Amino acid sequence: MIEFSLNKTLHTAEGEMQLNVSARIESGKFVSLYGASGSGKTSLLRMLAGFMKPENGYIKVNETVWFDGAKKINAEPQHRKIGFVFQDYALFPNMNVRENISFALKKNESKEIVDELLELSGLSNLAARKIQALSGGQQQRVALARAIVKKPSVLLLDEPLSAVDSGMRAQLQGTLAEMHKRFGLTTILVSHNSDEIIRLSDTVFHLGNGKFQQLAAPAAFFLHSFTPGTLTGTIVAIEDNGNAVVLIDDRMIRIDVSVKKLQINDKVEITCDPAGVSIIRS
Amino acid sequence: MIKFDPIWLTLKLAFGTTLILFIVAVPLANWLSGKRNIFKTVIEAIVSMPLVLPPTVIGFYLLLAFSPANGFGKWLEQWLNVRLVFSFGGLLIASVIYSLPFMVHPIRSGLSSLPPSLKEAAYSLGKTKWQTLLKVLLPNIKPSLLTAIVLSFAHTVGEFGVVLMIGGNMPGKTRTASIAIYDEVETFNYYNANVYAGILLVLSFTTLLILYSFNRKTQQQGFY
Repeated sequence: MIEFSLNKTLHTAEGEMQLNVSARIESGKFVSLYGASGSGKTSLLRMLAGFMKPENGYIKVNETVWFDGAKKINAEPQHRKIGFVFQDYALFPNMNVRENISFALKKNESKEIVDELLELSGLSNLAARKIQALSGGQQQRVALARAIVKKPSVLLLDEPLSAVDSGMRAQLQGTLAEMHKRFGLTTILVSHNSDEIIRLSDTVFHLGNGKFQQLAAPAAFFLHSFTPGTLTGTIVAIEDNGNAVVLIDDRMIRIDVSVKKLQINDKVEITCDPAGVSIIRS
Repeated sequence: MIKFDPIWLTLKLAFGTTLILFIVAVPLANWLSGKRNIFKTVIEAIVSMPLVLPPTVIGFYLLLAFSPANGFGKWLEQWLNVRLVFSFGGLLIASVIYSLPFMVHPIRSGLSSLPPSLKEAAYSLGKTKWQTLLKVLLPNIKPSLLTAIVLSFAHTVGEFGVVLMIGGNMPGKTRTASIAIYDEVETFNYYNANVYAGILLVLSFTTLLILYSFNRKTQQQGFY
């Protein structure tokens, strides 16, 4: 069980912001932190890890106090039993894959887990490779395996999949889900990606204006946060049967627009509901 | 007959200075590369002083400090029976102070160029600050370490003003190659001056050549 209540003044691009958050996370759960850039997601993760000191509040993990502002307790990151996956992976360039993963283990500790993690991450045949010779996806796997090797009380992931392409992302999500389950981890993931959050997490914490706006199951959260009229697109073609092809971000959908007089390059707003997809405004 | 004592003395002084400097500068550079505060800024300015001060100024103050007629020098002689002025020990201490920025600056900038997440990753894996420095940070700034070592060595070899002020010109004790050259020219022994100067020239060129070849090799390997 992780419990925290934290206060911190953050200096963001838009000026000062008060971060004021508290939550309780059951052991074994997978929680995602969702919110706009600069909302304090990474800062919260760094405070949990001990890289950033909160102004006051507390952090308690499995009845051990990691931070208590009133009692002036602030455990060093070394003593917090965390696994942290950084956005830039932060792998050690002077070590190969196996050395990176086994770095956390003491000399007399069994290295069995290293082989198990190499196998699970599909890195067994790359164990002797230098970090510089790996692809982004492979580096991400090493970073994940390295963070798990000490079986941490909390696994903290700071947008770990943001730098890999969508195909690799899906594969890595699979690996992450498997690791979380197999090692019985409690995981907190910072992510912007709704698809990733729905696929991986039990709960989503929506961070906005320095507070948790909402704690919900991911599917329900994204369903509710979807409001009609939010999808806007441009008509790129009109077919003979009256259907229009609309470009929304980098995807295209086909909509029946025969009843409306629309032309190519018209901007349109689209709603999705059980009755189907329709244009509500142009 | 030319004597090679000054060359050996120069090498002894340069190796000794470089070794002491390396041991002192690594923790100092690591501390300086961390979060900034006013105290660190003051220390940084003090460390950099030999870059801008004439060597004779540093030599003069050290001469005063080491002199048995004054406080510190008197204390050393009375309590530890050590006289630093006009001795190899004094020369070594003066060289360490004089070459300090040449060792500290490259190591400090090497450490600052590493992403902070590298240090944090090692901490999150349970490693102490010392273990992190030795096993993660230093191995990833090898080119900076080598630059620091070579520059400090070469700078000590080329020392003149400080050595003359603190050590004087005592054959076999404090007469280094650069002072021997000056001495030989004063007495019109151009042949001897030429030999000493030639040896210093070859020594300096070789050390720099080794530095640049090594740095080229490590850059190709993708170190920071």
